[in-house]
Amino acid sequence: MLRGAATFVEDIPRPHAHHLAFVRSPVAAGRIAGIGTEDARAVPGVLAVVTAADLGHPSLTAVLERDEFVPTSMPLLAHDRVRYAGEPVVAVVAESRYVAEDAAERVWCDIEECDPVLSLADAASTPVHPEAPDGVLVDLQMFADDLLDESLARAPLVLEETFRSGRVTAAPMEARACLAEWRDRDEQLVLHCSTQVPHQVRTGVAQALGIAERQVRVVAPDVGGGFGLKCVVGREEVVAAAVAARWRVPVRWTEDRQENLTAAFHGHEQEYRVRAGFDAEGRFVGVDADIVCSVGAYSAYPFSCGVEPLMAATELPGVYKVGRYAARARGVATNKPPTAPYRGVSRPQIVLVMERLLDKAARRLGIDRVEIRRRNTIAPHEFPYTGPNGITYEPGSYLEALERCVREVTDAGWWERRAGGDGLRRGIGLVNFSERTAYGTATMGLRRMQMTPGFDVSHVRMDASGDVVVTSGTCGHGQGHETTFAQIVADRLGIRPERVKLRQGDTDLVSFGWGTWGSRSLVIGGGAAAVAARTLAGRLKAIAGELLEVGPGDIELADGYARVRGVPEARVAVEEIAATVHFRSHTLSRHHDQLLEARGAADPPGMFSNAAHAALVEVDPGTGDARVVDYLVVEDCGVVVNPTVVDGQVRGGVAQGIAAALYEELTYSPEGQPLAGTFMDYLVPTASEIPPVAVHHLQTPCELTETGAKGMGEGGTIGAPAAVLAALNDALRDCEADLDHIPVRPADILRVLTTGTRTEREDTA
Amino acid sequence: MKPAPFEYHRAYTPKEVTELLLELGEDAKILAGGQSLVPMMNFRLARPTALVDINPVSGLDYIRRDGDVLRVGALTRHRSVELSTEPDVHNGFSVLPGAARWIGHFPIRSRGTVGGSIAHADPTAEWCLLARLYDAEIVVLGEHGTRTVPSDEWFTGFLTTAALPGELVLETRFRRPRRHGTLLEYARRRGDFAIAAVAVAFDITDNRCHDVSMVLGGVANEPLRVPEAEAYLEGAEPGERAWAEAARLAAEAVTPGTGPDDGDHGYRRHLVGTLARRALAEAQAGPAGPRPRGGAS
Repeated sequence: MLRGAATFVEDIPRPHAHHLAFVRSPVAAGRIAGIGTEDARAVPGVLAVVTAADLGHPSLTAVLERDEFVPTSMPLLAHDRVRYAGEPVVAVVAESRYVAEDAAERVWCDIEECDPVLSLADAASTPVHPEAPDGVLVDLQMFADDLLDESLARAPLVLEETFRSGRVTAAPMEARACLAEWRDRDEQLVLHCSTQVPHQVRTGVAQALGIAERQVRVVAPDVGGGFGLKCVVGREEVVAAAVAARWRVPVRWTEDRQENLTAAFHGHEQEYRVRAGFDAEGRFVGVDADIVCSVGAYSAYPFSCGVEPLMAATELPGVYKVGRYAARARGVATNKPPTAPYRGVSRPQIVLVMERLLDKAARRLGIDRVEIRRRNTIAPHEFPYTGPNGITYEPGSYLEALERCVREVTDAGWWERRAGGDGLRRGIGLVNFSERTAYGTATMGLRRMQMTPGFDVSHVRMDASGDVVVTSGTCGHGQGHETTFAQIVADRLGIRPERVKLRQGDTDLVSFGWGTWGSRSLVIGGGAAAVAARTLAGRLKAIAGELLEVGPGDIELADGYARVRGVPEARVAVEEIAATVHFRSHTLSRHHDQLLEARGAADPPGMFSNAAHAALVEVDPGTGDARVVDYLVVEDCGVVVNPTVVDGQVRGGVAQGIAAALYEELTYSPEGQPLAGTFMDYLVPTASEIPPVAVHHLQTPCELTETGAKGMGEGGTIGAPAAVLAALNDALRDCEADLDHIPVRPADILRVLTTGTRTEREDTA
Repeated sequence: MKPAPFEYHRAYTPKEVTELLLELGEDAKILAGGQSLVPMMNFRLARPTALVDINPVSGLDYIRRDGDVLRVGALTRHRSVELSTEPDVHNGFSVLPGAARWIGHFPIRSRGTVGGSIAHADPTAEWCLLARLYDAEIVVLGEHGTRTVPSDEWFTGFLTTAALPGELVLETRFRRPRRHGTLLEYARRRGDFAIAAVAVAFDITDNRCHDVSMVLGGVANEPLRVPEAEAYLEGAEPGERAWAEAARLAAEAVTPGTGPDDGDHGYRRHLVGTLARRALAEAQAGPAGPRPRGGAS
């Protein structure tokens, strides 16, 4: 990868491939009165100009099988209505992207524009989908508690607060891309696709095109980042497949950055209205949350638009004992692009909500903000703890992580730096949270998705030279699975990790899988690989036992040898076993037809990683500038398979979280026009804006997984917005107003600075 | 994000450039560093029918001191100014190398040109601010030979200049060297276009400010001189009091409707006040390079 030897979809040479360009809706909402394609067809080099009618109106439909859910379909190309500016309406197939874009300009769309729905407030005025007249696609009322109101009424302190987070997108370095080809010889469509979920793309394409799964082969080559944007099936990719299948020509589509920002999948546009009651000692007595997620115009396949509301309502309490709890969570259809499960999925928001509530309560009650967390956090002796949200939390190091974080921050001299004195304001944010990772089938089943993911499978085989190939239904896209899966398998076979190669991301090579998302791969895919490797190790031991004339139970695998326990000189090299099985099986007493291979599967219920984050921010009162100058993470993801990989995930995640807190937002005009269509306006932070991130590890081995590891791919993104927001409020601690939204802009900070200072000044360190 | 079709021509002498431009008509554009033009073409916001690439033209890449005038050739890359250690540049025009460091990112500075920036006339562009700050003259070559346009007549609106069809910027002549000068900007990310920028230049003799210029960027359709602040500072005693009052006058020059319509004119006004005060103080302290993110308080 770092040597530039990676192969992304765009790197696959197909000099004669045609290129797709999409004619996209120029308006946020409207009825399509007519489409004219004649002029575009006349452009030299154009093969076809394709409308929904030309394809037979295919669509993708994601369904939750629950009464509170309104199913809606996402057409591959809009035909009767357009529902966001940037929605694909017509596809142009031409000999180059240049020609395709030239021709796309010559397509005319006659659209009767209507008022766009941009928020819950106007959701019912002109519903995005007639099936949902109130504009609400999912309305969940969970954990109803008759005594909650009464408890809040009696609470000495009740906070009624509103928190908001802006619409953001994953902005992977490689935007979406695909190359679709029809192969007559195999009667098969081969779709190279930059995806996290090749098997789900296969199913989506097969269903939309009405062909058999076998007739679709999806290959994910190197993928330049996904972050959830690529764990759903994009309509452009299916259009490319449809064109290749119909015209029998290779077709490419490479999303450009403008398309990626304005017309791909977004996330995290949410509002929380929360009532939280506390007793006089700062302990929660109850939390009542009303959550609205602006899910955009469609339900993305296969996860549906229920992902954010479900996650938010179910997991809001986090590491805290909240007493009584109820939540309503709605997914509101808006005339903006659909949302995908972007890294963190509602957890960045719910952590932000809980941590702001605690900081506010601490201040109102005059309690130290670390102390109020101590009083509310699930304590070690309380595990397994079942909360009012029905979730059972297995052991974690919640309090230990918090205390360690405070200690590290203190040792690093942050409190002295906070005191400042040079004209800049400084603040420290401290947050503590857990995240459920690696949701297995049982947990995903509770969501009632029509397609329920969860388990995953792996196949491990050793060839005649003793090298190992492991396959996985997960599909890494930059997480270093090649390294970590090799470690897991090599450990169990007693060989060096270099001798293990991971193969993934090819539906003809891997029988099935649910791909990589939801912090699942090392735990579920790696767990399956561990199971398979363990079985293979048993086979190696059996053969070694025969060769060394001892029982298999006396054999241990280490350093590339199978050796007799306690008699290390009695050994046979793994290569020798491999060669024997393949070439001299007649010398073995039995199982001549069994090769060195094994399958494994894993399906854990899901488990909670936890972390404490601390951010040190500087605020310049002259410009309103805020920047994070130091950052510290204490995290616990159980057994760490590879610290470098874990640290990389944490740091990248923190960078994305800082981005959401201070920089990135997809803003829209009142007409529903996207205002952030380039990286000039969508402020992905650069190395200049991201501080060094110190990472410390705690390890609470997980009893639910093969390796003792817990998932950890999202925690950085989850904790950072809350930590940065807490630090900003701390930097403005003498001001009257609070900042309760992200992203925070310089003008927001100046507004707080000019709204006056607090009468009582409590320096709650 | 692919440009509409265009012709590509290469020119080797300034005369050839103007001849080609006349021949190709008004929809032809000059390609210098391409750091603004090419992205605009990729978005199809600019649709020139032809490009005249002037990169092969020799003799336009120079920085020369001529008495009180600093002459910068049109094809001089931002990076050349940034790296300049010539006493001729630093003596009286030390703002230039410092200001160059605010321009975009390394690849942009390596490729983009001073002449291209002057011709593009972005109201936040560093060279445009400095052209106004130093009462520069823009030397252009056209059908009928060269002419010199003072900078206060050059910038005529958002991305528009007094250049006539077929004219090529040859040189920018910065004048009125002064010992004290600074350009400060603020953007949320390092390297972005400034939300606002302030440039100041002045001399101090007998503890009084003289020959003061102040220019604001990002608050109007073109770089905005602040005569009120300049007049106030002329003869004033340098120091926090004077800086604060001049900054107040600078902020007042930011009126609604003078900047990009982002609905946050109040913020921009506050920012200009801060930057002006800091720029004056920094300039007083002596020639200095830029500081990131608006400098220290």
